Amino acid sequence: MFGKKSPPITEAWRGFTFTRRALVVGGAQAAVGVALAARMTYISVIDNERYVLESESNRVNLTLVPPRRGWIVDRHGKALANNRVSLRVDIIPDRLHNKDLVLGQLRTLLRLDNDAMDRIERDLKAASGFQPVAVAEDMTEQEYSSILVHLPELPGIAPQRGFARNYPTGAAVGHLIGYVGAPTAEEYEKVKDPLYITPGYKTGKDGLEKYFQEMLRGKPGAKRVEVTARGKVVRELSTQPDTQGKTVHLTIDADLQEFVARRMGPESGAAVVIDTLTGDILAFVSMPSFDPNSFSDGISNSEYSWLRADDHQPLINKATRGLYPPGSTLKPMAAIAAIDHGIDPSERHTCIGGYRLGSRFFRCLGTHGSVDMPTAIMKSCNSYFYWVAHRLGYDAIAPTARLTGLGEEFQLAGSNQRFGTVPDSAWKMRKYDQPWSASDSLNAVIGQGYVSVNPLQLAVMASRIASGRKLYPRLVNRHFKSDPLPFSADALATARHGMDLVVNGPGGTAGRSRLPLDGIAMAGKTGTAQVRGLNTGNGKGGTWRFRDHGLFVCFCPVDNPRYAASVIIEHGMGGSRAAAPVAKDIFTFIYDREKGMEALETFEAGWGGTIKERMDRSYAAWKAGIAAPDPGLAQ
Amino acid sequence: MIPVPPAIQRFPWKLIAVLSAITGFGLLVLYSAAGGNWSPWAWQQGVRFLVFLSVALVIGRFPIRIFEDFAYLGYLGVLFLLIAVELLGFVGGGSQRWLNLGFMNLQPSELMKVAIVIALARFYTQLPPGNTRTFTALWPALAAIGTPAALVMLQPDLGTALAICIGGVVVMFVAGLPFWWFGSAAAAGLAALPILFSMLHDYQQKRVLIFLDPESDPLGAGYHISQSKIAIGSGGIGGKGFLNGSQSHLDYLPEGHTDFIFATMAEEWGLIGGLGLLFAFFLLLRWSTRVAIKARTRFGQLTAAGLTMTIFFYIAINLSMVMGMAPVVGIPLPLFSYGGSSMLTIMTCVGIILAIENDSKTGTRRFH
Repeated sequence: MFGKKSPPITEAWRGFTFTRRALVVGGAQAAVGVALAARMTYISVIDNERYVLESESNRVNLTLVPPRRGWIVDRHGKALANNRVSLRVDIIPDRLHNKDLVLGQLRTLLRLDNDAMDRIERDLKAASGFQPVAVAEDMTEQEYSSILVHLPELPGIAPQRGFARNYPTGAAVGHLIGYVGAPTAEEYEKVKDPLYITPGYKTGKDGLEKYFQEMLRGKPGAKRVEVTARGKVVRELSTQPDTQGKTVHLTIDADLQEFVARRMGPESGAAVVIDTLTGDILAFVSMPSFDPNSFSDGISNSEYSWLRADDHQPLINKATRGLYPPGSTLKPMAAIAAIDHGIDPSERHTCIGGYRLGSRFFRCLGTHGSVDMPTAIMKSCNSYFYWVAHRLGYDAIAPTARLTGLGEEFQLAGSNQRFGTVPDSAWKMRKYDQPWSASDSLNAVIGQGYVSVNPLQLAVMASRIASGRKLYPRLVNRHFKSDPLPFSADALATARHGMDLVVNGPGGTAGRSRLPLDGIAMAGKTGTAQVRGLNTGNGKGGTWRFRDHGLFVCFCPVDNPRYAASVIIEHGMGGSRAAAPVAKDIFTFIYDREKGMEALETFEAGWGGTIKERMDRSYAAWKAGIAAPDPGLAQ
Repeated sequence: MIPVPPAIQRFPWKLIAVLSAITGFGLLVLYSAAGGNWSPWAWQQGVRFLVFLSVALVIGRFPIRIFEDFAYLGYLGVLFLLIAVELLGFVGGGSQRWLNLGFMNLQPSELMKVAIVIALARFYTQLPPGNTRTFTALWPALAAIGTPAALVMLQPDLGTALAICIGGVVVMFVAGLPFWWFGSAAAAGLAALPILFSMLHDYQQKRVLIFLDPESDPLGAGYHISQSKIAIGSGGIGGKGFLNGSQSHLDYLPEGHTDFIFATMAEEWGLIGGLGLLFAFFLLLRWSTRVAIKARTRFGQLTAAGLTMTIFFYIAINLSMVMGMAPVVGIPLPLFSYGGSSMLTIMTCVGIILAIENDSKTGTRRFH
């Protein structure tokens, strides 16, 4: 009617328009209302399940409780490795909202150094979600409670009481037991077990801890806790306790082990004590050692460098990995071989201070005159054994050496052995493509030349000569067949008699090491191994490195032997001087603990305290030396 | 039947019942949000409600003429306060929304939501009907809306600025301005959205982006929306039960007693509680819309419609926000959220609408 023109605007039209538009607005509002109701229905009905799950995963935090590791105990049930309570603090990355503030607070509260802060930052970057990152372990009660007090200001921090590995005798069992440590990233990648990245969980890294890992491990527990957004635990919902790992029983005698370790004093060396009835290893010592407690807590770089820098090599287990020329300790074994090859032990040879072989003269340490076999052992006469070796050739002696355990690698839990060489003509041909010579036999029979053995083998040799049976060393109750050795009774008796004379005879080489006990006597054989020429020193360590090794193999009591042992003191300048006195004190301790301890305490007073005291002092001195290097050493 | 005295009859009992129901429900949720405690929120909110309800009832007795007469003066006064806040804020540094009056903190931007509606209602009441489709009907209104909205944006407070705009625009709409103006403005607004977006503050931009994809940053800025949806969704149909909401009680839900109180409620009362609350708000808005339509004066009509929109805007934006349908803009849920400013605004709106209702019960309809 009006074309494109709108109708005239009147008040009535305005009122009508208002009503219409108000209804439009109202309708739009109602539509929005319906949309909101629909949206809410969708979230709370259709998506309900998903959001219930998310709400639960917010509320409930499931954490693994690392299992308590099984104990390692000695033959009497005394702990060599157990667990102690450890107070620790971790960060839960998901709950950490103000990282810098919280880390700053922790740094002040726990006095963390830069190394520790760097490590935490690095771990935080690598970690994700609820995977906790360790801040500090083994805190004092004081530090722990200071964290607890500040907990409300430290969202994302989770303090807990856990367990840590503990070695009551410290360094005395270092090489025997090994140590534990946090699993490496590679180990985790291999198994993908979340336990491996749970703070506080440790796996065996060395020695028996590593060998018996599966047995010692146990089963982790789990803890479901209700937590607030800031990570504060409101309550525990349910807890499944962990199952402690199984106990490993060793044949070791903990007291003896500790005594032997301490008796080694400041020397570098090894000692092994074997029960000649069963082959049980009662003491298995390599000194100096490291404190496995330090390793298990995560050893510091500087402590590790200190251990590595020590020329006494505390990181090497010399009982199984140290190879030495055995020296004269092989003479009783050579005597057995000689008798079984028809040499009459009463046949005499005259020592003129050496033995002439062609144009060469092989020297003896003395001029012993006319000696029979037991006397030759007693006086450790080289000439006599040169004569024997020249007569028989070493190919006749080497099988006997092998039967007594030399050159053998034993099935021994958790050990990594270097088993040395028992040479013969075939071996030399194989190795050097050269024929065996008579002088090789002469060198080998006195335990020099190509012969090399480890201390464990020497102890086994002593136990086999003492028992006449093929004993195998063992650390756990494992069954071996210990058949009698194919040696004649006469041969064994002569060897034992010679060893008896070494200690108890007139002018025996270890006469000063007779046991101070009534009715119990020790039999043994000293050995002195030349180092010079065999050991290429780097010219830095002074004369200590070029001194002779002192060795001693022995058993006790002389009649009806029960214990056998070997002692090696590196660069100890002679078996009778360095090694035999240690063996004497070991057996004294076995039969009379008080008397043994008395002797030990006298020694320790002279050495400057127990192992730990001396190690702590040495470490402190080393650290001080690092801080202020001696200008005289700088080139 | 007991005879009821007329003075009692004149009381808007139904309205009081709806308001009390909403607020009372809110008090229960505040009680729960405080871990089963009347303090610090619930009792204070209850007292505040009683005070503001009385104020609303008193305002409701005012003759409507007063609002009309003081419309411009009130608007200018509030505008002056906004400028004052801006200047003081500039001096004080940072975002300033409050004016400390000693006995209370006044937020002038809240007052502006009411003042803009009344001022525009008066403007369109006085505008000759023939000018409705001319430029004269447009520019004063745009200036009146734009100035305070810009000032509030400077604070910066996006939510309140939007509320001011919406209130004003709805008055323009119901005043009868040509439909296509709004249509083309909306189209232009959509086109200009990217430019407007670039003018927002960083944190406001972030909020918008997070709203579009809350899961992109579940622990950072998207945390609010994610946790709010978890709270609502995990409540299901019947809820987890009173005092049993883990999201709110374990602090996963931020602002569980203010902006996100709906999520706190929904977690414990479920869909049933949510729909019940929506229904109560529906009753309130139906009442005010009816008042607008039945109003005796044009001023009353426009004012009631505009104020209805103001109340609605709070509800719609807040609920959209907690359900992840709108960015986090910091608008409380009327009467439900803990806080005095929004309750003051809402109750002022209710009071004025009540005055309009009372006015329409007396005398005959007249249109200016």
